Amino acid sequence: MSAAMGNPNDSSEYPVPTNAPDGQDWVSLSQGQLIWRRFKRSRIALVGGVVLLAFYLSAIFADFLAPYEISTRFTNQIYAPPTPPRFLDSESIFHSQPFIYKMKQTINRATLEIAYAPDFSKRYPLRFFVKGDPYKLLGIISSDIHLFGTGEKDVPVFVLGSDRQGRDMLTRVLVGSQVSLTLGLIGVAIGLILGSLLGVVSGYFGGPVDDLVQRFAELLLVIPQIPLWMALAAILPVTWSSLQVYFGITIILSLLTWGSLARQIRGKTLAMREEGYVLAAHAAGASHWWIITRHLLPNNASHIIVVATLAIPYMILGETALSFLGLGIRAPMTSWGVLLEEAQNVQTLIFHPWLVIPAILVILTVLGFNFVGDGLRDAVDPYSR
Amino acid sequence: MIDFIVHRFVHALFLLLLISVVVFVVIDLPPGDYLTSRAAELERQGSQNAELQLRGLRERYGLDRPLYVRYWLWVSNFVQGDFGESFEYQRPVKDLIGDSLLLTVVMSVLTLIMSWAIAIPIGVYSATHKYSLLDQLFTGISFFGLAIPGFLLALILMVISVYVFGVPIGGLFSAGMDKQPWGIPKVLDLLKHIWIPVLLVGLSGTAELIRIMRGNLLDILNQQYVQSAHARGLSAQVVTWKHGVRMAINPLISLIGLQLPSILSGSIIISIVLSLPTTGPLLYRALRVQDMYFAGSFLMLLSMMLLIGNFLADVALAWVDPRITYR
Repeated sequence: MSAAMGNPNDSSEYPVPTNAPDGQDWVSLSQGQLIWRRFKRSRIALVGGVVLLAFYLSAIFADFLAPYEISTRFTNQIYAPPTPPRFLDSESIFHSQPFIYKMKQTINRATLEIAYAPDFSKRYPLRFFVKGDPYKLLGIISSDIHLFGTGEKDVPVFVLGSDRQGRDMLTRVLVGSQVSLTLGLIGVAIGLILGSLLGVVSGYFGGPVDDLVQRFAELLLVIPQIPLWMALAAILPVTWSSLQVYFGITIILSLLTWGSLARQIRGKTLAMREEGYVLAAHAAGASHWWIITRHLLPNNASHIIVVATLAIPYMILGETALSFLGLGIRAPMTSWGVLLEEAQNVQTLIFHPWLVIPAILVILTVLGFNFVGDGLRDAVDPYSR
Repeated sequence: MIDFIVHRFVHALFLLLLISVVVFVVIDLPPGDYLTSRAAELERQGSQNAELQLRGLRERYGLDRPLYVRYWLWVSNFVQGDFGESFEYQRPVKDLIGDSLLLTVVMSVLTLIMSWAIAIPIGVYSATHKYSLLDQLFTGISFFGLAIPGFLLALILMVISVYVFGVPIGGLFSAGMDKQPWGIPKVLDLLKHIWIPVLLVGLSGTAELIRIMRGNLLDILNQQYVQSAHARGLSAQVVTWKHGVRMAINPLISLIGLQLPSILSGSIIISIVLSLPTTGPLLYRALRVQDMYFAGSFLMLLSMMLLIGNFLADVALAWVDPRITYR
C-alpha cells in the first residue's frame, strides 16, 4: 500500500497532451476517460472484456442464435456427437454453403452402446434465418426465426452434440448462459447495495453500529460458505417455480457475500472520515445521508466496482457448484451448472466428452472477469503507472 | 498477550452464538422436513405406541413450544454432546458422524500445509524473478487454478485415472482398510490416498496465496530498507529471506482464518464427487432428504472447527508479529 503514496502532483497522474484540438496545447479528460486509457494498456484485460461482451450478447440473443428450443427432443438422436458444419463432402468436393450429413444411429445389441455414422447419400445444407420452434426473445418479441438450421424436422444439426434426452447441447448451453451469467450480476448487485451501504455506514458512524455490522460481516466470513449455501438452497420449497428458485438462489448467494465487501469499504471509509472535505461538509451543515451518498459512496465507487467485478466469478462458480450438486436451478430452467450435473458420472464423461463443454465456458467466463477485474484495479488507481 | 487471547476467545464465543442462531433457523425453517413429517405420520397412526413415540419427540424437540424454547432445547442439548437424531437413519447423529469429522479436519489441515508449502517458495521465486518465463508460467497456472471449479478438476482426474489405471480413483483407504481400527498401517494407508484430494482442494487456495505472496514481496523488495540492506553488501539470499519474506509473510498469517472456510467448502464438494468418507457426502445426503437435525449438527460442528482455526490463527499472528497491539 505504501508504494501508492506518491506525490499528488506527480506528472504521471495527468495525461500527456496528444492531438490537442484547435491548436490548444492541452486536453482535459474526465475520470472515466482516464480510467479507460489506463485500462486499454492491459492487453489481457481487453481480451477478457471482449470475451465477456460476446458471451453476454449471445446470452441476450440466445433464443435466436440457438437452432432449437431447450426442451426440443430428438428421441432417436440421444448422445449424438458434435457435428460441425461441413464444406467438403465425402468425395472432397468443396461446397460454398455449409451442410451436414444425417447421422444414422446404430445400437450394438450386445453392449447397448449407441454409435453414430454419417449417411453420405444426401447433403442437408444449413440455411440461415430458418423457421423453427417459436420463442419469445427477451420474453417480449415473439418469433420463430432461428439464425441457422437444416429446416427439416427429422434432420437435426448438433454443432455441440446432444444430451441424454436428445436435446441440442448448443441450444442448452446458450439458453443456460442466460441463467449463469445473469445470476452473478444480479447477485453481486444485491450484495453491492447491502455491502457498500452497510460498509460506509459502519465506517462513518463507528461505535456500536460499526460493531454490530462488523460482527455480522465477520459471521459471514467465518461460516463455511458452501455447506451453508447447500443448506439454504436445500430448504427452498419444492413447490417453487423455477423462476422463484432462480431468485431464491441469487438472494442466498448475495446475502452471504456482502460481508467481505462491507469490510473493505468500511476500512476505506474509516480513513476518509477524517479527510478535510468530509469535515468541511459537516461544518457546512450537511446531513449524514448527504455526506454518505454524495461524498463517501462516490469516492469509494472505483474501489466498489473493482471488488464487484472480482466477486461476480465467485458467484458464478457458486451457482455452478450448487446446480452441479442438484441443489441449484431446477428444470425447466437450465444453467451451465445444471448441464454439468449430467456430466457427473465418469462413464458418461468418457463416452460423451462433449457434455463437459459448459465447464469450459464457466472457466472462460471466470477468467474473463478476473482479467477485467485486475485490469480495472490497476486502471482506477490514479497512482499506477 | 493473555488479555488478547481472552478477548479473541470471547469474540469467538459470541460468533459461535450467532452461528448457532443461523443454523437453528436452517434446521427449523423447512416446512416438509423429516421431523415434521414423522410427527404427522405418528399422529395419523394413533396407536398407543405411536402416541408414546410422539410424546417423546415433542418433549425432546419441543415441537409445540415457541421458537425460542425449541432453540434453547437444541442448543443446550448440543452443548451436552446430544446432537439430536437422524431421522433418515433412525440413529443418534453422534454415532453417524464417526470418523468423518476427524477425516475432514485432517484433510483441511493437510491442505493448508500443502498450499503454504507450495505457494510460498513459488511466490518468492516469482517476485524475485519478476516477468521471467517461469514467473509467467506460474501466473498463468494460478489464474487458471482460480477459474476452474474444483469438482470439475476432480471429475477430469477420475476420467484420466480410468484411462491410465483402468479404475477411477477415489476413497481415502485401500479396499478393506476403512473398516480396520486406527493404527499405524491405517494412517500410512490414509496418507497414501489423501494427497490427491488434498491437491485438488488446495489448488485454488494455493493459486491465491501465490499471487498474494508475489504481490506482497514485490512491494517490500522496493522499500528503502531492502535497498540499504543490498547496499551494505548482504547477499541476495539473506536480503530476500530475512528482510523480504519475513515481512511479506505476516499478512498471510491473518489470511489463514479466511482460507479455512474456503478449504472446508472445497473439501466438501470434492468429497462428494470422489465420494470420500468425510463430512461432505453425509451432509449432502442429509440435505437432500431434508434430515435437518443431522445437517444442522454438521453445519454447527464445521463452524466450530473454523472458529477454532481462526482463533489459533489470530494467536499465531499476535505471537509472530510484535507490532500487533493487544487490546
